[in-house]
Amino acid sequence: MAEQQNLEARTEQQAPPPPGTRQDQADPAPPPHRSRRRFLTYLLAAPTLAVAAGLGPEGAAPAAAAGADGVVPTLPGPADLLDLGDVLILAGAPTAHLLVLTVGEDGTVTFRLPREEVGQGLTTAVAMLVAEELDVPLARVRVQLDDARPELLFNQFTASSNSIRSLYDPVRHTAAAARARLVAAAADRWGLKPGKLTTRDGAVVAPDGRTAPYGTLTAAAASRHLVTLTARPKPESAHTLVGTPTPRVDARAMVTGRQSYTLDLDVPGAKPCMVRRPPTVYGTVRAVNNEAAVRAMPGVLATVVIPTGVAVVAETFGQALDAKNALDVTWGPGTIDGYSDDGIRARLRSAVSFPPLPPPLTRHLDAEFDFAPVSHAPLETNAAVADVRADRATVWSGLKAPIVAQQTIAKELGLPVGKVTVHVVQAGGSFGRRLFFDAALEAAQVSKGCGRPVRLMWSRVDDMRHGRMRPATHHKIRVSYASGRVVALDHRVAAVETDVRHGLGEILTATGTKLPGGLGNAAFAQGLFHLTVKSPYHFGVTGQHLTEVPLRMPTASWRSVYSANTRGAEEMLIDELAARMGKDPVEFRRDFLKNSGQRAVLDKVAGEGAWGRPMPAGHAQGIGFHEEYKSRTACLVEIDATDPRHPRVTKAVIAADVGRAVNPRGLEAQLLGGLTDAISTTLTAGLHIDKGLPLEGSYSQFHYARQKDTPPDVRIFVMPATGEPGGAGELGVPAAVGAVGNAYARATGTRPRRFPVNFDVDFTPFPR
Amino acid sequence: MPSHSFTVNGRPVTVDAPDDLPLLWALRDLLGIRGPKYGCGIDVCKACTSHLDGEAVRPCVVPVAAAAGREVTTIEGLADGDRLHPVQEAWLEQDVAQCGYCQPGQIMAAVALLKRTRNPTDAELDAIANVCRCGTYFRIREAIRSAAEKMG
Ligand code: FES
Ligand code: FES
Repeated sequence: MAEQQNLEARTEQQAPPPPGTRQDQADPAPPPHRSRRRFLTYLLAAPTLAVAAGLGPEGAAPAAAAGADGVVPTLPGPADLLDLGDVLILAGAPTAHLLVLTVGEDGTVTFRLPREEVGQGLTTAVAMLVAEELDVPLARVRVQLDDARPELLFNQFTASSNSIRSLYDPVRHTAAAARARLVAAAADRWGLKPGKLTTRDGAVVAPDGRTAPYGTLTAAAASRHLVTLTARPKPESAHTLVGTPTPRVDARAMVTGRQSYTLDLDVPGAKPCMVRRPPTVYGTVRAVNNEAAVRAMPGVLATVVIPTGVAVVAETFGQALDAKNALDVTWGPGTIDGYSDDGIRARLRSAVSFPPLPPPLTRHLDAEFDFAPVSHAPLETNAAVADVRADRATVWSGLKAPIVAQQTIAKELGLPVGKVTVHVVQAGGSFGRRLFFDAALEAAQVSKGCGRPVRLMWSRVDDMRHGRMRPATHHKIRVSYASGRVVALDHRVAAVETDVRHGLGEILTATGTKLPGGLGNAAFAQGLFHLTVKSPYHFGVTGQHLTEVPLRMPTASWRSVYSANTRGAEEMLIDELAARMGKDPVEFRRDFLKNSGQRAVLDKVAGEGAWGRPMPAGHAQGIGFHEEYKSRTACLVEIDATDPRHPRVTKAVIAADVGRAVNPRGLEAQLLGGLTDAISTTLTAGLHIDKGLPLEGSYSQFHYARQKDTPPDVRIFVMPATGEPGGAGELGVPAAVGAVGNAYARATGTRPRRFPVNFDVDFTPFPR
Repeated sequence: MPSHSFTVNGRPVTVDAPDDLPLLWALRDLLGIRGPKYGCGIDVCKACTSHLDGEAVRPCVVPVAAAAGREVTTIEGLADGDRLHPVQEAWLEQDVAQCGYCQPGQIMAAVALLKRTRNPTDAELDAIANVCRCGTYFRIREAIRSAAEKMG
């Protein structure tokens, strides 16, 4: 029913409204500081109030590159004018009006969110926007993750710190339209003018104090004969909830163990399933030599050969795991069998070279950096539930690009897309991993193969070895300077190919990334690189280039994509440059940053963190700055590296200006996560590739930070709101990478160039 | 198939399972108790942390036979009806959880620690080895300190 209403509403925008659906008011008056397209809202045919609203793409506002004294201005790069978020906003515009909000008779407001929640706090932020606009208590707002809806095209894709940026306006307009209808219904009931009524606490209030709870108005508000006032979101100055630190809406479920992840769902008859995987990445199954014996093991229900391995279905995961380990399989080669770390690094190093030397009298500083591959390693491993029947299929999984998952699974099963239902389930972390749907596709294949529903789970070892990673990168950076100015920055990045075959979340761009000669994976990756990576400094002629080395490995964008390494390395080199030019690292950054907004976050951490305070031997401070997705942040850390083999970041001070934080508490959580990522990947966490396979197979080997590795003193400052929300989910990593690297360098008197810095194989690898 | 009787969150249960089936799977797959999470299966990530006779254990490495006749408490059994345990309350106050997947284990580990001492030292807090891939460690620390204070 709901789906049908949506489709109706969608047809609406292209054709004159049929009976039962009507177009509500547009908002013709954009605030003066930005230009806005009209926002169309729609009433959907329903027994209670259901409203959908339209979205206008924002004009891209180029940041003025005001040249300050003593610096050579850098022309705005592509990411200054139009970043990836803008492209996604534009791409999503035509279908975004399918955001649907309903008001139930119990007064509950339900908003269907075409995005994924993986811990970033999006459902809380969206619930806050709805509650604010409707004047309803937050507890009465439910945000549900939408199933895959192919008609949404690009607009069901959770990536690039884009969700709040793309949803901020349309969510508010949808809720404002609903409020206008509820007010009009109350006005009708009381015979008063709508303009005399106000809303408070989930009810419409008359001047004489009478109240009408929304639940009692929702049927009347759904009438298409209702005359309403222009629905316009509140001015931001009137916000009482948005912008206020607010705890997560799902916090109670999480602390009581009631939050359901994919494998916590009770799908009738769905049995545990695990997959035995090849000894090298992307290896293939040649033959299963003991299938009958394994099928006879206790609890085993079926074995199924799928392209990625051999699946076992059993009564419990414990039995599935035993059976998986007992399988004797003859494997075909993988895609990088001959490669180990050294070979990969050599390929990367030879893929890029330094530019020709600068003219005489110009001095230069060259540096090379190497970063190891890093597993996403979300705590919930790849998981999916699938129930495939002859004529239809249903799949449940944590998916950030559910449409392309649905389209691919339909093709694989030979079913029409409309016969495949893909439910998006809240996930236990992602960091980029859940852009892909590896487990969902496998679960569908296994369910089809054994004719029963399955709950498929990757073991931790498989998840770390086969479950995608941020690829290794190599960097050659040259900065040229003369008479106190930086005249050029040339940064050449070589990276193992990042798989971006999820496209923009649907099949068109996803297949586009596969087309030879067309917009191939490499071209898409180039686009991604140039839309996200930029330098925030006036460093004269600035060039950042990506060369991808086509080694086929299980990779995927990792939180901050290219910026974590690219900008992290630059932030470290800047400290060296500052020393060469005789300046303090903070003073140097101040001089070369492009605007006062940037300097404000830098000054904030320098002040709050007491930059320059005396530190004992072996201890040091370090600083980093980063700007991306129209947000900016600075990070100051203190490190104790008296034992350089076991350094500990003891304190962190972070400031961020994201334009406008919908939920400052959530933003702080994201920055805390980014800090922990940076501490881990800079100091200890990475993967060793050995003859075609990562050696690391668990957190005892892949050293992501634990409590003992993280600072007991963290202070985070969210700068006052000045504009529109920028991206926040990935912002924190690059500045913190720079800060941690710089602090380590200063504390130890070294110049680390390979990351993570402490990266021995200090374990016995699991068998292949 | 041997059968094993024990109590889970105060309720007596019996499961038919091989002796060496990890308790985690007896709980999750046979009893439908889904609070304890799988993150590694080998006592590394601690996401499955639960209590056996009041002591923190990792059910992914406890054979179901070892639970016979004993009391298992999972995250679902920590609150007293609607009244949350003070550690859960502290978790809400500090808004600790991000994805939440590690948090049942973190909370059960913290409760066990505060049972041993109401005044945990920095070293004792550092010794909590539960992985949080979302990196919420600082808020976990603050939450444990605040719970410790309230529990006096
Ligand atoms: S699943 Fe038990 S410790 Fe990781
Ligand atoms: S909150 Fe996500 S792993 Fe801890």
